[in-house]
Amino acid sequence: MCPKQFLTRRAFLRSLLKGGVLALLGATLYPILRYLYPVKGAESVVTSVAAAKVDELAVNTAKIFRFGNRPGMLVHTPQGELKAFSAVCTHLNCTVQYDEDASVIWCACHNGKFDLNGQVISGPPPKPLESYQVNVRGDDVIVSKASV
Amino acid sequence: MKLFAGLRAFFRERYQLGALADLATHKTVPLHRHTFWYYWGGMTLLLIGIQFASGVLLLLYYRPSAQEAFESVRFIMTKVQFGWLVRSVHAWAAHLVIFCAMIHLASTFFLKAYRPPRELTWVTGVLLFFVLLGLGFTGYLLPRNTLAFFATKVGTEIAGVVPIVGPIVQMMLRGGSDVTDVTLTRFFWLHIAVLPLALLGVVGLHLVMIQLQGMSKPLSVKTDRAMPFFPHFFLRDLVGWAVVLGVVLCISVYWPATLGTKADPFAPTPAGIAPEWYFLWMFQTLKLFPSHVLGLEGELVAVALTGVAGLVVLLVPWLDRPARQGRTHWLVWAAGLIGMTYVVGMTGYALWIGHHP
Repeated sequence: MCPKQFLTRRAFLRSLLKGGVLALLGATLYPILRYLYPVKGAESVVTSVAAAKVDELAVNTAKIFRFGNRPGMLVHTPQGELKAFSAVCTHLNCTVQYDEDASVIWCACHNGKFDLNGQVISGPPPKPLESYQVNVRGDDVIVSKASV
Repeated sequence: MKLFAGLRAFFRERYQLGALADLATHKTVPLHRHTFWYYWGGMTLLLIGIQFASGVLLLLYYRPSAQEAFESVRFIMTKVQFGWLVRSVHAWAAHLVIFCAMIHLASTFFLKAYRPPRELTWVTGVLLFFVLLGLGFTGYLLPRNTLAFFATKVGTEIAGVVPIVGPIVQMMLRGGSDVTDVTLTRFFWLHIAVLPLALLGVVGLHLVMIQLQGMSKPLSVKTDRAMPFFPHFFLRDLVGWAVVLGVVLCISVYWPATLGTKADPFAPTPAGIAPEWYFLWMFQTLKLFPSHVLGLEGELVAVALTGVAGLVVLLVPWLDRPARQGRTHWLVWAAGLIGMTYVVGMTGYALWIGHHP
């Protein structure tokens, strides 16, 4: 009596063919997907920047400055303090602006509002704005990321 | 005339043109009180043709780099002869193609043309609509003006909200963690190569399916009246095309497309920023959504709901079970009406808010 065949030649060849097609697809798609993925550039990590001159900002005004690749905001509060935040809204990445009339930080995209501590007052932003440390060194206002 | 007849004979001898002519003459279009809605698909097709033609012309002068994109569009509009017209036609036809596709989609829904055996015609139609939205979104950034730049920031940020795949899709779209020069190149690549190829493929499938199965007749229509596709329906279609062409040209001449100001990535987002009108309903939803819903971030919930809505639209032929048995149900009708009212209402509200801040 012939033992029951575990794997026929036809089934074996069929699996081999299917496997081959899958391998070919994988070998074609993998380099394409890798090609599409952005190249990681050597982004310089900026931790501190001279955001403005000491006498540059009048009371109750603000300025957007470059903090590496992203915008930051330096505010001269009505109380005379200098405060700095990330100017990127925590909702959907728009750049915020300072509303001098209401003394709040405002995002024009979806009407998000932050107080002068970066905390959300109203609107859809889920988190406060990232705050930075502000120091005055000579004539310069130096803004730095808080050390972790 | 002799030359024409000779050419016709030449092709008839070598290729089976008779079969094609037979197909056109034997095809019929149902004739009833809703026949008007059949013309919207043809008008969408014409507008897609206009987009291809005007897009190819724009490619001659457009430069896809952050430094030159804005200037090259300004050059097209101010220096190139009839450049303003070509760009205006491209910009206005982009609005109209989405408007016509929306009407076509809505009429197909309410006439229940997705009933078996036309489920896949509906699916290809919805996919076609999504590709058109993608073309609108990617094309919006290309002039790299302030409005477009920030709308793209928001749009790609929304993509990133989707759990797990979102950040990868966002990275792929932006070409990095932020909207930069690389993003423009990627959007250009999507806009002129990837999405048009997808569009051609899906339009082709959609048309083949319609040719094979013919046009659907609404459930309420009991007569078998029909008109031949060629020349009766075709000539009526041509009238629709002439109207569309006229509308596109009139709007382009009297209200040419504007360019705005060059984008500055380090300037605050200006007030009044808004996406194109066909994304306004979503923009307004995001604006009104609370920051947290049931412990989840509001934007995540809003994006998830929109995704579910898109999926529901795609699966309508299978979700509308009564229609599969040749019956209508008020619930399906009401769901469609509520969905449409929401989109139109939110769009209207966003436009009203835009004018009365």
